[in-house]
Amino acid sequence: MTISATTELKEPLTWPEEGVTRVPYRVFYDEDIYAMEHEKIFRGPIWNYLCLDIELPEPGDYKTSFIGEIPVIVTRDMDGEIHAMVNRCAHKGALVCLKEHGNARMLTCIYHSWSFDLSGQLRGVAFRNGMRGKGGMPDDFDPDKHRLEPIRVELFCGMIFGTFSDETPPFETFLGERMSGFVKRSMGRPIKLLGSHSQIMHHNWKLYAENLRDSYHATLLHTFYTTFKINRLDMDGGVLLSDNGWHSISYAKRDTLVVDDEYAKSGVHSAQYDSQLNAPEFMETFEEFDDGITHAIQPIFPSLCVQLTLNSLAVRFYVPRGVDKTELFWIYLGCEDDTEAQTQMRIQQSNLTGSAGFVSLEDGCINEFVQRGARGSLDKESFLEMGGRDVESSDGSRATETAIRGFWKGYRELMGV
Amino acid sequence: MSDTTSTLDEFNEVSDPSLRARIEDFLVDYVHMVDDARIPEWPDYFTEDAFYQITTRENHDAGLPVGIMQCKGRGMMKDRVKALYEANIFEPHVFCHVLGRPRIHEETPGLYRARTNFQVTRTMQNGDRELFGTGKYLDVIACDGTTPKLQERRVVLDSRRVDILIVYPL
Repeated sequence: MTISATTELKEPLTWPEEGVTRVPYRVFYDEDIYAMEHEKIFRGPIWNYLCLDIELPEPGDYKTSFIGEIPVIVTRDMDGEIHAMVNRCAHKGALVCLKEHGNARMLTCIYHSWSFDLSGQLRGVAFRNGMRGKGGMPDDFDPDKHRLEPIRVELFCGMIFGTFSDETPPFETFLGERMSGFVKRSMGRPIKLLGSHSQIMHHNWKLYAENLRDSYHATLLHTFYTTFKINRLDMDGGVLLSDNGWHSISYAKRDTLVVDDEYAKSGVHSAQYDSQLNAPEFMETFEEFDDGITHAIQPIFPSLCVQLTLNSLAVRFYVPRGVDKTELFWIYLGCEDDTEAQTQMRIQQSNLTGSAGFVSLEDGCINEFVQRGARGSLDKESFLEMGGRDVESSDGSRATETAIRGFWKGYRELMGV
Repeated sequence: MSDTTSTLDEFNEVSDPSLRARIEDFLVDYVHMVDDARIPEWPDYFTEDAFYQITTRENHDAGLPVGIMQCKGRGMMKDRVKALYEANIFEPHVFCHVLGRPRIHEETPGLYRARTNFQVTRTMQNGDRELFGTGKYLDVIACDGTTPKLQERRVVLDSRRVDILIVYPL
């Protein structure tokens, strides 16, 4: 596998003339395209989620993360400032931080003991002046030219984002007013970590980006949603897009359910399940917002999602681990001012999502089925015309693929394909 | 949150060989039930208000309450069983658990704490098989002379990563 700077594909990619209603399967398999994504998307003019502010509570705390497959260190320096840099020694390229989190005043590469301060500046080179007047670095060695590769950071609603590009606009501009407003609704309050885990999925990262934006599948594949009336298309809801279409919100209002017999008539398996729970108490909820929205999935380009499923608040982000492997992180959150009863409800509702989630476990395998299904058909393409062919918000209905088309719009703009 | 690892040594190890054998057999029967996919029997291994959790070592050591799956009481376990057979969609697979020798200590007469290390392999319908998980069972077992029942089972996985999904209990 090669992940290097690739600005041209050996075999040019010609997008189907129908535009974002078609996706060539080749983009999920091609190593050259994968390498180009690192150059044009992950290192491009976008913000990448790195970690939560509360994961670095003390000066000197550091945590490792990833942008695409690029290993990253996020630090809080002794003055409380947040920094991010590539976790690659300026000398020979070894990982500088081996532990996933820790506390240190200096980051020292174990290979040759080059040490860097918490902003990534080179502060020490072992045997720089050699031994007994022999060896050592040349006289013109300039430590200022050998820092860890910097990543610009921005903090928004407790989340730390990083970008390699000088052209990336401020985070709120990148997101747009509607999207940043909704992130503030979910995350703009003091939060606390309730637990986390990750899930390895055997498919290209973009299939999960599609899946998150796929409001059409949610109530068909995830039977539990439909049966227990957490999320159905016969509730008031919609799909809202940012102006550029890259980011979206899919939402539902549980109290507006007017059962439509379309589920029963069409014979979908999600409508064939007896809905009596033995322990209905695990679905007990409390009202957190006055807008009536009880379920919201907010994918942020390229690889983040803020989730509020009933009261289960979580950040999901996914990291490519090769062209056909993706690690999805589930980070469950509560609010600092939650009562004990509210915390218990969030804990119980965490059963809905995650790698064993009642309404999400299917996503661990469904995208792999696409990866396997389209093997050997790389000249073929998927068909995305549910809800029309445009990239526009769909305020009345979630029987649409508009948010998926929005993702591909962003993808094509950044990749130039 | 109770932590069986740290509390085990506070109590004396079970010395009665027949009691020890009964609890060991129970721990073995549990994993055979899962491995033979007799999941509808799963809630019967627990007391009515039992607590069951699958979590990661990272969450467990940090005292974080959310893991991967948690059931409070047999009702929630029955809902898991029902969802598994009627709602959830996944590719057919089977588990095979291998247990280490348990350590079993007596908290009070009739109530025991145990730790058992395990490995579990997963075999998919196409024959792919791999090590799905390693970790430890941290149990509180009620055994008043008849059949033992789990009052608490924490399944602590060494890895934070789950491959594909978890739908069968561990």
